[in-house]
Amino acid sequence: MRIFDPHIHMTSRTTDDYQAMYDAGVRAVVEPSFWLGQPRTSPASFFDYFDSLLGWEPFRAAQYGIAHHCTIALNPKEANDPRCRPVLDALPRYLEKDNVVAVGEIGYDSMTPEEDTALAAQLQLAADHGLPALVHTPHRDKLAGLHRTVHAVHASALAPERVLLDHLNETTVRAAADSGCWLGFSIYPDTKMDEDRMVAILEDHGTERVLVNSAADWGRSDPLKTRKTADAMLAAGFTHDDVDRVLWRNPVAFYGQSGRLRLDVPPPEALHEGNSILRGGE
Amino acid sequence: MATLTREDLDTRLDGAARAWFHEALAEAARAAAHAPRHPAGPRTVPAWETRFASAGRHCGREHADSVRTHLLHEARADAATLTRLYRQGTAAERRAVLLALHHLAPDPADGLPLVEDALRTNDTRLVAAAVGPYAARHLPPHPWRHAVLKCLFTGVPVDAADGIERRAQGDTELARMLTDYAAERTAAGRPVPADLHRVLALTSPTEES
Ligand SMILES: [Zn+2]
Repeated sequence: MRIFDPHIHMTSRTTDDYQAMYDAGVRAVVEPSFWLGQPRTSPASFFDYFDSLLGWEPFRAAQYGIAHHCTIALNPKEANDPRCRPVLDALPRYLEKDNVVAVGEIGYDSMTPEEDTALAAQLQLAADHGLPALVHTPHRDKLAGLHRTVHAVHASALAPERVLLDHLNETTVRAAADSGCWLGFSIYPDTKMDEDRMVAILEDHGTERVLVNSAADWGRSDPLKTRKTADAMLAAGFTHDDVDRVLWRNPVAFYGQSGRLRLDVPPPEALHEGNSILRGGE
Repeated sequence: MATLTREDLDTRLDGAARAWFHEALAEAARAAAHAPRHPAGPRTVPAWETRFASAGRHCGREHADSVRTHLLHEARADAATLTRLYRQGTAAERRAVLLALHHLAPDPADGLPLVEDALRTNDTRLVAAAVGPYAARHLPPHPWRHAVLKCLFTGVPVDAADGIERRAQGDTELARMLTDYAAERTAAGRPVPADLHRVLALTSPTEES
């Protein structure tokens, strides 16, 4: 079974997680830039974070045989802080980088005018740089937030088929599907969405344009939720082809719209005496 | 990690990539001919620098080092440009700047901070590119010895360290560091890297260069 986790914050995870993910079948991840739990106070700390998503983290992932790409953006929460907003001016040079496969996570947190401005500006940047967009839907006031998000997408220069609406659930899936966007579901322990509810949504909606992710980060989360959802699908009678579509072909099709996906990471070499083995074309 | 010549690239790149590479070289040549060379603001990135960033997806990851190195040469990138591209670059872009240092030969006061930055990382792609001929020529003895030790620690073959035969010869301090490292490994019941013995032999003052 090959698995592509289209939304996971590996910066917050250990090498044990990478090993367990590889063993479970994960061969590719996309790491969206987002909030780090502790608010940042200057653009420079964003740039160090972006640089690690384009340097150290793909190197770590490659050691475990996992292809790592990222999405870059000013997240909605910190778009409200005037000290962080200059990040928007530096995004064009980041959006040209080879490993950047979308603008994201953008969207709404508290649905403020500042978030409206940042979302519209970054949807335009995605269109300008030939990239799709990963749009986070808010956790509070979710359905109203989804409608406002879809409105912003339809008002933008970006076609709906180049937009992935994430963190959907039973109350938002219908309106999201009607928008023409791709549909993302984050499977967590306890909250938001679990694998059995995900299977029920797939039975109702089908597998078209559906992506499943773990959204694992520094909070209570599980980087193996993609595999657990695949197992739950098989147990409910879905075929291996259905699983491959949701957990591999759909994310490849969505992020492949960037023209920048490279999935041919060599399998991991044995770690030699605790030292990493040289990689990268020497 | 030999950089391919332009002629080699022309035979290996397919038609679209070859055309893209030639356009990028022309943009870099124009930048070299026309000042100002440094962008006024964050939104005005010179065209060839955008090509420098996107070389991997247009020419293939396996050719990106070579393509980027030729762009730096063609643009006659000065110390300020090299420093900016390194600081603003992905790991792959930083690698290309490091590989180009020897040919572009910035003043060591400007070039060595980039080499030292790369040697502080644990990214073996950067460490291997940092210990090239520019480091062999300019890196002072203490950081150079630590670079050799870092190669042994992180599994970068010491052959990546350019000029190691010449610099190691008669270096008794390097010999001491290697001997101590070997003793530490042995005390821990761990094997001593084969490369360590090779470098240790090179430190002999009677070694032919
Ligand atoms: Zn997230």
